[in-house]
Amino acid sequence: MRSNFKPKLLKLAIAGAFSLGLASSALAVDLTMYYPVAVGGPLTKIVDGMVSEFEKQNPDIHVKAIYAGNYNDARIKSLAALKSGKPAQTAVMFSIDIYELIEQGAIVAFDDVVETVEEKAWLKSFYPALMENGKTQGKTWGIPFQRSTIVMYYNKDAFRKAGLDPEKPPATWDELVSMGQKLTQKTGGKVDQWGAMIPSTGYPYWMFGALSMQNDQTLMNGDGNKTNFDAPATVAALQFWKDLGSKHKIMPSGTIEWGTLRQNFLAGKTAIMWHSTGNLTVVKKKAKFDFGVAMLPANKRRGTPTGGGNFYIFKKSTPEERKASMKLIRFLTDPERTAEWSMKTGYLATSAGAYGTAKLKQYVKDFPPAAVARDQLKFATAELSTYQTGRIRKLLDDAIQSVLTGAKSPAEALTGAQKKAERLLKRYR
Amino acid sequence: MTRKMTRYSLKSQATGWLLLMPAAVFLIAFTYYPTIATLAKSFFSQGTALRPSQFVGLENYASLLDDEVFWKVARNNIIYAGITIPISIALALLMAIWVNGRLPLRSLTRISYFTPTILPMIAVANIWLFFYTPEIGLLDQTLRGAGFNGHNWLGDPNTVLGCIIVVTIWKESGFFMIFYLAALQSLPPELEEAAKLEGASRWTYFRRVMFPLLMPTTLFVMINAVINSFKLVDHLFILTKGGPDNSSSLLLYYIYEVAFSFLDQAYASTLTVILLGALAAIAIAQFVFIDKKVHYQ
Amino acid sequence: MSQLSQKRGFGFALETGAAWLLAFFWILLLIYAFWAAFHPAEYATRFELFAPLTLENFRIAWSQAPFARYFFNTFVLVTIILIAQFILCTLAAYSFARFEFRGKSIAFALVLLQLMIMPEVLIVENYITMSKLGFVDTITGIGLPYMASAFGIFLLRQTFKTIPTDLEDAATIEGCSQLQVLWKVYVPLAKPTYVAFGLVSVSYHWNNFLWPLIITNSVTTRPLTVGLAIFGAPESGVDWSVITAGTLLSVAPLLVAFLLFQRQFVQSFMHAGIK
Repeated sequence: MRSNFKPKLLKLAIAGAFSLGLASSALAVDLTMYYPVAVGGPLTKIVDGMVSEFEKQNPDIHVKAIYAGNYNDARIKSLAALKSGKPAQTAVMFSIDIYELIEQGAIVAFDDVVETVEEKAWLKSFYPALMENGKTQGKTWGIPFQRSTIVMYYNKDAFRKAGLDPEKPPATWDELVSMGQKLTQKTGGKVDQWGAMIPSTGYPYWMFGALSMQNDQTLMNGDGNKTNFDAPATVAALQFWKDLGSKHKIMPSGTIEWGTLRQNFLAGKTAIMWHSTGNLTVVKKKAKFDFGVAMLPANKRRGTPTGGGNFYIFKKSTPEERKASMKLIRFLTDPERTAEWSMKTGYLATSAGAYGTAKLKQYVKDFPPAAVARDQLKFATAELSTYQTGRIRKLLDDAIQSVLTGAKSPAEALTGAQKKAERLLKRYR
Repeated sequence: MTRKMTRYSLKSQATGWLLLMPAAVFLIAFTYYPTIATLAKSFFSQGTALRPSQFVGLENYASLLDDEVFWKVARNNIIYAGITIPISIALALLMAIWVNGRLPLRSLTRISYFTPTILPMIAVANIWLFFYTPEIGLLDQTLRGAGFNGHNWLGDPNTVLGCIIVVTIWKESGFFMIFYLAALQSLPPELEEAAKLEGASRWTYFRRVMFPLLMPTTLFVMINAVINSFKLVDHLFILTKGGPDNSSSLLLYYIYEVAFSFLDQAYASTLTVILLGALAAIAIAQFVFIDKKVHYQ
Repeated sequence: MSQLSQKRGFGFALETGAAWLLAFFWILLLIYAFWAAFHPAEYATRFELFAPLTLENFRIAWSQAPFARYFFNTFVLVTIILIAQFILCTLAAYSFARFEFRGKSIAFALVLLQLMIMPEVLIVENYITMSKLGFVDTITGIGLPYMASAFGIFLLRQTFKTIPTDLEDAATIEGCSQLQVLWKVYVPLAKPTYVAFGLVSVSYHWNNFLWPLIITNSVTTRPLTVGLAIFGAPESGVDWSVITAGTLLSVAPLLVAFLLFQRQFVQSFMHAGIK
């Protein structure tokens, strides 16, 4: 009995696999998509939900959406998959990975994939500030998806306690310092509540992009082959960051951990924190106090870098797969979906169309902080992104951390970083 | 089958090699070949789609000499090894002696010592993060409760490496304790009785009798400790990512960063060659040391 | 230690205190893990004796990450590695212990080299090999570099060497082939060594992180450690209640097994002659 059974089963399985293989090559397209998560909340569930909705509407396309860890992991995994036998066709990766991906010859420009007039219009439907990191060499390589900016979260109760108007968060650097000093609470020599915290691990260069932009200075050029680390305004911005801790004493000295900062804010240990808009929904859910969200303060001007992930399409894909990928990306970035995604996560809705949908309009009306990031977009700029981006980023990160920990002066650290960046980027000009 | 008969027999030779073959295939594929390939790769530049890889001679080594991060990381690793190895071995021995004696609640104590060993580093690192976190962390809460000021433990380059070292010692010493415990239990109890009859103090007994007898265990544990000091970087991924400003980065973590974050496998290979060289040097030193001890026994 | 029992004076009390204090520090982390996991999130960083208990964190952790799948992956991984290690190491150890062949001492030295050049150091090159062989993102791929363990070969060789050749001769006379001798005489007698080595191997690979992190890409291959790292990555903001719950979930099997078998654990180390 048993000996009979096995070969039969095997035959059946082979036949099944064969016919399945035929069927799928004739009709269906299989897509693999990698995506990262860099902020709190059950984002994987939301992505899975949207993907299965897509599959329902497009029964001929199967999507395997794989959560690959943080941004760095997602890039490594996608690039690795390209080299191995199981490539992905599309992925959400860090918007700043663009040069690296071009250098690796990994991605195609969307200009070469879009065909119809409608698709070309879609390409123009996103906020221009969010497209900056996705464009170079006159082409568009990345479509904004899980995008964020930095915003200022503040504890309104703490503002009231310090005798400050909770509806008037600091709008300038000077106000940040003066209010921060009022908000810093001490008993004896011990600080019970800090005025402000700006995280300096994880993504220090990102926070610094805001400070330097507020000082009216970008960190790099549009071709990704020159950095401005040693510009006087950049140095002054870093000096200001350091002064918040060492001179004005409204922030702890040393580096501040990106991952635990939200806990510190929720526990009332700091009255103000700068963080990604991506944290909005979690803070909303967990804060036991009245909190507000505001644009970052200005010095010479307001400013923040955009951040987060873009959709890319990989070069190693068939025309059918590219078409299917386009379908998927368009589905996930259409106004309705984008509105839903934004409400559930706190990420920016990437197009004006999404903010025009009924549900997001209502949401913003009920919860005004959700509009802050959008309104701030007109002051936003691209996030630090160059060729050799991993190394360049690390140069700046190290320079920032060495200043914040008191090992080097801002001028010394940034000049050093610039010199090394020059050496790396020269051959890309 | 006596040794003499088998020594030159062709059959024995063939069987010996045949038995060795499966393991040899794996060792060649995943240890010897990659070692040699790493060495070779360190003489080439990193290739990308835009710039193919080419022979650059010692250029990678020259940039290594210029690389401040490398020197910092190497220095960190030496400090890390220099502190974790002796302390975790000493603690392990102390723990073993304690739980081998008539300690009240011995079993519970032994479990406590050993538990860190079976917890994954990557998971416990998150909890250590809670201990070290400023303001709301356990360490700071305790300090504040006692009237001291808190400290930004992981954000201060002067304390961050120390924090990492504490985690490593905590993780390792219980594991080493097991080896000492096994060795202690095989020591004949008469030795201690005899030493006591002769009026030797406990310290003298330890120094003159117990410690020398435990020498093989100490060597074994030391090899493990040395290897771990180059290999154990899991906690960095959660606790510090090597920061601030590389103050807590270790060689293997830096290699990971260069290879998988900067995507520069050529330079990562160069760094790996340095790591291999360090390990080889230590191995040779240990073989010399062990040789001496073999005479001693 | 008999001295301790006789000098139950101040010194003994001091030593006991020190031993307990150290034990307390060593177990503190686990105590905290239990605290945070069984209490609501607002008590993760605040300690009140009568804080309400909850299982909510476990529910959230279980629903946020496919722990069941991670468990399965780790279990498969550990099993594959252990079986392969036993086979490869037994054969090689037998060869080193009982056969004479040209180049034996060099071969043995080369094997010992792997004690120092462990797979962790060669992640970059091994990764390239794996992608050439098509083993990226497979459980086999995680296991391959560890299968020929120098540590295992060394331990088993030492044990095999202590086994009297008379036993082997007797078996040979009865007509056993060499492999049968190995299976019927050597393997049973080396059981404690297998147990000790098995325990070290299982706990090592249950907890191994760096290489699996590099080589796995998806839920279907990720072991618990990598799953936990992604689940609790500080990037997404640390939520200690849920993280500790996830941590406890994933270490529970190993922890329970250790608590049940800790005596045998130590004894097998003794018998294995790892000292």
